[in-house]
Formats: sequence, C-alpha cells, structure tokens
Amino acid sequence: MARKLPRKDVVIIGLGWTGSIMAYELADAGLDVIAIERGPWRNTATDYPPGYAADELRYRIRHELFLSPSQTTFTFRNKMTEAALPIRTWGAFMPPNGVGGGGVHWNAETWRFLPSDFVLKTHLTERYGASFLPEDMTIQDWGVTYDELEPHYDRFEYLCGTSGQAGNIKGKIMEGGNPFEGPRSRAYPNPPQDQPFGHTLFGKAARDLGYKPFPQPSGNMSRPYQNPLGVRLGPCTYCGFCEWFGCGNYSKASPQTTILPTLVRKPNFTARDNSEVTRINVDGSGKRAIGVTFVDATGDEWEQPADLVVLSAYTIFNVQLLLLSGIGKSYDPAANTGVIGRNFTHQTISDVVSFFDPTKFVFNPFIASGAIGMCIDEFNGDNFDHGPHGFVGGGYMGHVQTNGRPIETTPVPPGTPLWGAAWKKAVKENYQSAIKPGTGIHGSMYSYRDVYLDLDPTYKDRFNRPLVRITMDFHDNEIKQNKFLTDKFAEIFQAMGAKQVHKEYRKAPYDITKYQTTHLCGGAIMGTDPGTSALNRYLQSWDVPNLFVLGASAFPQNAGYNPTGTVAALAYWAADAIRSKYLKNPGQLINA
Amino acid sequence: MRSAAQLALVTLTLAAGVGEATSAGLQDFAAVERGRYLAAAADCGSCHTVPGSDHPMSGGRPIETPFGVLVAPNITPDRDTGIGAWSDGEFDAAVRKGIRRDSSRLYPAMPFPYFARMTQEDVKDIRAYLSTVEPVHNPVTVNKLPFPLNQRMAMTVWDRLYFTPGEFMGQPDKSKQWNRGAYLVEGPGHCGACHTPKTVLGGDKSDKKLQGYTLQGWVAPDITSVQGPLADWSADDLAQYLKTGHNRFAAAAGLMGEVVELSTSKLSDDDTKAMAAYLKDVSGPKPAADSSADAHVMAAGGAIYQDLCSACHKSDGSGVPSLIPNLAKAATVNTGDPTTVLRVILQGAQSVATDKEPTGPAMPAFGWQLNDAQVAAVATYVRNHWGKAPPVSEDAARKERMALDARTN
Repeated sequence: MARKLPRKDVVIIGLGWTGSIMAYELADAGLDVIAIERGPWRNTATDYPPGYAADELRYRIRHELFLSPSQTTFTFRNKMTEAALPIRTWGAFMPPNGVGGGGVHWNAETWRFLPSDFVLKTHLTERYGASFLPEDMTIQDWGVTYDELEPHYDRFEYLCGTSGQAGNIKGKIMEGGNPFEGPRSRAYPNPPQDQPFGHTLFGKAARDLGYKPFPQPSGNMSRPYQNPLGVRLGPCTYCGFCEWFGCGNYSKASPQTTILPTLVRKPNFTARDNSEVTRINVDGSGKRAIGVTFVDATGDEWEQPADLVVLSAYTIFNVQLLLLSGIGKSYDPAANTGVIGRNFTHQTISDVVSFFDPTKFVFNPFIASGAIGMCIDEFNGDNFDHGPHGFVGGGYMGHVQTNGRPIETTPVPPGTPLWGAAWKKAVKENYQSAIKPGTGIHGSMYSYRDVYLDLDPTYKDRFNRPLVRITMDFHDNEIKQNKFLTDKFAEIFQAMGAKQVHKEYRKAPYDITKYQTTHLCGGAIMGTDPGTSALNRYLQSWDVPNLFVLGASAFPQNAGYNPTGTVAALAYWAADAIRSKYLKNPGQLINA
Repeated sequence: MRSAAQLALVTLTLAAGVGEATSAGLQDFAAVERGRYLAAAADCGSCHTVPGSDHPMSGGRPIETPFGVLVAPNITPDRDTGIGAWSDGEFDAAVRKGIRRDSSRLYPAMPFPYFARMTQEDVKDIRAYLSTVEPVHNPVTVNKLPFPLNQRMAMTVWDRLYFTPGEFMGQPDKSKQWNRGAYLVEGPGHCGACHTPKTVLGGDKSDKKLQGYTLQGWVAPDITSVQGPLADWSADDLAQYLKTGHNRFAAAAGLMGEVVELSTSKLSDDDTKAMAAYLKDVSGPKPAADSSADAHVMAAGGAIYQDLCSACHKSDGSGVPSLIPNLAKAATVNTGDPTTVLRVILQGAQSVATDKEPTGPAMPAFGWQLNDAQVAAVATYVRNHWGKAPPVSEDAARKERMALDARTN
C-alpha cells in the first residue's frame, strides 16, 4: 500500500535535461516542484573526477553511467511477425540513468533542426508530390515552427555556452558558418572550439569540393563561460573522454554544470533520487492526472499527489509510463489507430574509415572533444534536390573524431587479422594516420507504420510490469539515403589524400547490437490532430491536460541532426506555454 | 537612530525589574532588521545553529578548540533553555564582556573580545532579532572541557591577560569607509578569532594581528594585505571574495566557505568593500625568505600535477577565474603552513555556492589515489613552483592523512 506524501504543485518524472529545465522554469514561477529520478544523484568531483573520469574500460566498455539492463530493459524484434526478445546488453543505444540523464554523458553536439524539418510532410509533399513518399511512411508536421522555437533554441545555447560559428543571423548568411541553418537571432555565446589537424584538413578538402564546411556546434567550452543563471563552466581541455563519460573539469554543458547549482538553491524545489515512478495516477474520469506512484531505493511505495505532472524520462520510458497508466490510446499498427507508441524512430548512422600515409600525416586523434570537427550540411534534410535520387531525408556529415581512446579507436585496414602480432603491427602503423570519425554520417530516420512501441506480451520488469517491445527495421528509403550520403562523405576523404577509404554503409536489417546513437525518438508525438498525435503543439497530452510530456518522444520523425538542442528548445517552449498560458487558465490549451 | 531619551527609558525600565527581557527595541521593525543583518555580520548562526538544522540558533553544535570541545548554547527566545528570560543587560554582558548570567565567565570560543568592540545599540539590535526566531526547547550542555579547564574560574585570569574591553574607537584621520571596515573586521566580523595567531592559552597575539593561524584542520591564512599572501589581491578582489566566495584567485571552502555562506555573502556591497579597504591597509610581516625544494621531489610533483591537476588548474597553475583557484595566488597555498593544501589534496573540498556565484565547484579527493610521498611531492610542487613556500615532507602528509581519518568533519 503506497503511503501518501503531501501534495505538490508539480511533480517531474526524470531529472535529465528536460526535467531540469522544466523544474527550474516552474520553480522560478513560484510553484512547489518535486523531481523524482530513478537513478542516483551525480556530481562532477565525487562521481567523475579527473582522477578516473578517463577510464575507458569503466565507462565506455562497462557502461557505468547508463541504466543497467538488469534493472530494466526492452524487448526487440525487427518485424511484427517475429517474437521479441529482451535486450541483455545495450547495443544500438545507451539508456541514461541518474540525475543529469543523457546530459552527463552526451557528446554535446548542439544542433538546431532545419525550418523545413518542422513542416516536413507539407514541405515534401509540396516539393515532390505525395506519391514521392513511400506508402507506409507516416511522417507528420510537428505543429510548431522553427521561428516559434528560435528563442528557445537561443536560450538553451546560452544556457550551455555553446561554442560555434553562426551561419545565418537574422537572414544574413555568415561566412564560415552553416549557410543552411534557420535564421538565428544572434551569434553563439562562444566561438568554435579549436580544430585539430585532421579536422582542419577535412574542412579544406570539403571547401575545395565546393561545400561550405563549418565547425561542429559544441557544448564543450572554447573558453571560460558564465551562463545567464550565473553558473560557470571552464575551458575544454580536449581530453578525448567526453561522450560516454562525465566531464571531470566542468567543461561540458550538462544539467550539473548549467542549471542544477541554481535549481538546488531554490527552497521550492526538492529532488528524490533512486526512486522509480511506476505509474501516473489519473482520477475516475481518466481526464486528470492526480500525481504519481513511485518506489524508493528500499522498495517502499509512495504516492506523490500533484496538480501538474511533467513526464521527462528517456523516450521509451515516457511511452512505457503512458501505456502502463492508460493515458492515451495505444497504437495499433494493423488497424492504424491509436497514438501511444506510433512514429517511433532512431537514426541512420554510418561511417567512413580512411587510412593515410603515416610518413606524411600525424593526426594525434587523442586531441579531441565530444563535439569537435568540421561538418557540411549540403546533404541534410531537404537542402538538396531529392528528385533524382528516389529517397527523402538526409543528414549532416563531418569529420567529428571525438577520441583516440585505446580500446575503441584503433582502426586497422580491412583484411587485418582481428588479433595477434599482425593486428598489433597494423594498430601501431595506423593509429596516428587513420581517421575514424565518432560522428560521420548523421542521417535522419523517418517514421513508418510498422516501426513502433507497445507492451511486450511475455516479458516483465521487477515490478511485474510488461517491458516495452521495440519493433523496428530499416526501410529502403533510409538505406538509399545512407548509400548516397556515405559515398559523398568518402569523396571528401579521397580529396584529403587518403590512400585507402573504407565505407561502412548502414544496412538492413536494423541491428540492435550495433551502436548508432542514443537518439531514440517518437512514440508519444506532438502534432495538430489528436487522432495521430499524443500531444498538442505545447507537448500537452490531448487526453490529460495537466500532463506534459517532454523529450524526443515528441518528435514525429527524426531529423539528420543530434536531437538535444531541439529536445531542450521544446522543453523551454512548453515551459513558456505553461507559465504564460496554462497557469492562468489550467486546461486544454488547444481546441482540436 | 534611537534617541538618548529612549535609551534612558529602557535602562530605567530594566533597572526597575519590570518587563524583564522586553524593551522598546524588541518589536521595532527597524531594530529587528538591523539585528538580522548584524547577526549575519557576527555569524552567530555558524556556531549556534547545527548545520542543516531547521531550528536556527537553538545550539548544540560542537565547537572544536585546542583545549577540548565546547558546545554552542541555545540562544533562541525559549525561556527555559534559551535566552528568553534574559534581560538586554544580561545579553549585552555576555556578548560584550564575556560574563554569564550567573556572573561566571564565558570561554572565548564565544568571541566576546571582538564583540566588545560593537556598540551597545548594535548588540541590542541583535537581541531584538534573536527575540523573533522560533523559540526551541533544547537544553545544551556547553562545557565538555576536561578538568581543570572546565573550571570557569580560570577565565578570570585569561580575561585579565587577553581581554581588552571597550567599544571600537574610530580613527578620524581615516575615511568613513575605512572606519566602517575596521569596525566590521575587528567587531562583529571577528576575523581575528581565526586569522590572528594565538598564544598557548588561546589568547590573541595582539602584535600579530590577522597574520594567520591554523584551527580545526584548516589554515586561516595571513590576511594582512600589504605584504602577505594577499599582496596581489586588490580591494575589489577581497570584497568579491567576501561577497561571492570566489574571485580570480581563490575559492572559499571549509571554515571560510561557511563564513561566506552564512555571513559575508549576506552583507551589503558597501560593507564588504569597507572590510576590504580596511584589510588592504593592515600591514603584516615581510614575506618569509624563499624556500627551495629538492629537485627530484619537484620533478615528481610536477609530473603528478600535469597528470591529475592541470585539467582544471591549468599547466601554469592559473586556474579559471571564479571557478578554479589560481594556485600561485590562493592564500592558503603559498603560505607557511601546508595543512589546507594537504587536506584539500587528500580529501578534496567543496567550495561555497552563493547567490552571486551559485556554481560551487568542488575539488575531488586524491587521497585514495596518491600515497604520502606523492601527496607531499605534489603539495611541494604547487607551493614551491610558482611561489616559494617551504616544501612538504612525506611525514607531514602521513600525519595529515591520519589527522583527517580521525576527524568527524
């Protein structure tokens, strides 16, 4: 029997980027806010200090900062006709855990989506005709536009101290930046990070080929920074232990280094760590959330009543809590009805590994940060004419070599034995003169009718709740897209003078054991039609108006960028709607 | 300002034994507000409130002295266990003269030799403020000293040696700001209680005012500012440090972190600037002769430094302003006593977070990773490479490690 705690104005489920942003915004509005986080509290000096932050075995191989699959996991299958099996070791993505969430171990690649990404269905239909899109593709417009999100992107970039070169300030194209980006109201708060040798060569080769290369926008500081909340970050040391790791010296934007220090000073904010929310409670009408039930580290069950519930866990857990709480109609791919679980997407990642003459090229790959490199955006979104190519979508591509770590980054030419003296010799010969970008091709994945989430009929978690079942496979559109992008990418390395270029195309079927990114998207998407979306344009549940659902679960489909910038901009956008509209008149903000 | 007539009336009332603890000031909004501010300036809560307690000023915090442990009493208005039944005169006698209600003597853990410099009115305002805090029934056994130190009679002699009564006397040839700063530093701020060297009996060495002392496992460095380790700090640097806990050189942690959090960060900018102006005018000793360190130790320390420390403090020790201390300019590094350096290397340190500087960065512990010789080498390096502070021996590192193991805080 759950014991009932005193009522709060707001309960926030999950204290990662979006939970921290929303907690700050609502506490700042004077509301009494509690955040409930499944994992532990994490601080820089005590949890990933420089003395051992750079431990590749501990963090990269043994996944210390991530959720343990023994705590909870998902089942996976490619096709609706198959039986799904539980994931027992993380592969394709890394579910975060603990305060700060994915913000602790991200690369800090901080992008904005293209204006056309937010009106994708309309845009592609107008440009190419409806028949150009695959029949089972279920892409949608978001219900929010780039222009509406621009101030919120800006807030996040200034919160984080993003280092970058603007490409478009109020419509004026800026030399050295990304000319394809939407207009931004002002420059990045910090200049780009310094580019190492190989990245610089890549930029030159791309420019020679007629592209407009620009430095990767980075949440790793190019110089000391104090954000608008007064919190300070130090300059990045280019240590090369960034993604998969916590930053040991306050140089990577994370909730810990940007928001939490001020949030914890607010007397109207409380956090409970090591506590897992098991259910969002609704009243008899099913139209109003009355709080959440959670289990603490000792196994005791508690009920936390609240007037407003913010669901801000990782993509799949957002969907799981909605399904388990009976909020919104479950998606049924056969009947094509329901909304919770639909339009689930990931990313279409591939890479090119190139080998250069070791007597002429010394790249020092260990000089790196999680978001360092030169990128081009010519083949992203609809920045190029897809007409001749027979697919839609795209991605940025870049020489974003994030590390030279000894276990992970020891590229050897194809055909080298996998172990033994010949392998060692090849590692030694190529370590300084090979390029293996941490982020190479960062392609979009659009949504399809048979790619979705639902509750597994067989497997249960430790609370005897059904696990979420992932049904996902690549469709021809993404495979074609990847082939096209990978070939274009390889041309740049050829132009750099590589003696050997090895293309690692992404191929079907979707492989749950091969890492791509942690950018799972969709399943509780935003939109304009309650028949095809779970949330309105303010991320408010169509069914339970005092519930807002934050995170990439709201993306109707994924774009060719890292999602965090957009995830955070949407959180600020939703917070603004709550503060300026919802609190004045609590209820459904959109009459659909 | 209250008129003399009012003061006289209060005195008369008290003398007549009517109204006990009450006085005109107790319900005077302005007096209470001034008292709240002065209680922060005097950092009453640092000793009289258990950290994290929901019951401010209710006592119970053990105060570590070289002679043993004293426990701070309950100063809430509770009539039985606090000071609710005290008259203003009794309160004033305790705060400014070190005389208890039963006429026995207070131990100088209560910094009455400093509070003696405060005006009677300021002390009365503090009393007015204390009368507004929640009364808490919390009996505290203050005196846990061993015999014969537990005999308060001994304090009569101590007072004769070390206690000079008398309010602060302004110096007319100095600026108003200087005088305000001097009043705060010498009076309510009681900076010398930690920063002035002590005799074996725990009295101030009055000829070495603010020249540094080590207590409760931390170095309170020489804060005379003309020639000491703060020589390169401007008055603005000092004021910023007091107000925010951080500046371009250093970060407050440990006891000073607590002082900033509970006291100096709550002072007005004018007052922290005044304290800084005064401190910049206090002369200290000439810097000690340069010390040199063994070249091998320095080489080892430098290697450890580049490996473990330089990511934050930078290769040249300069750190990041208001985030990571500058090891060449932080007063607790380049100073005679290495206690703080060793402590921070061994167990790390949490710097203070304030409204102005909410980051509160922390230094991780390295005691689990470095042995005594390595700790000594890197301590020697950071003290002697940029500055010329004396080297630190392996034995000193070993002793500090044992001392920290024995500490409960």
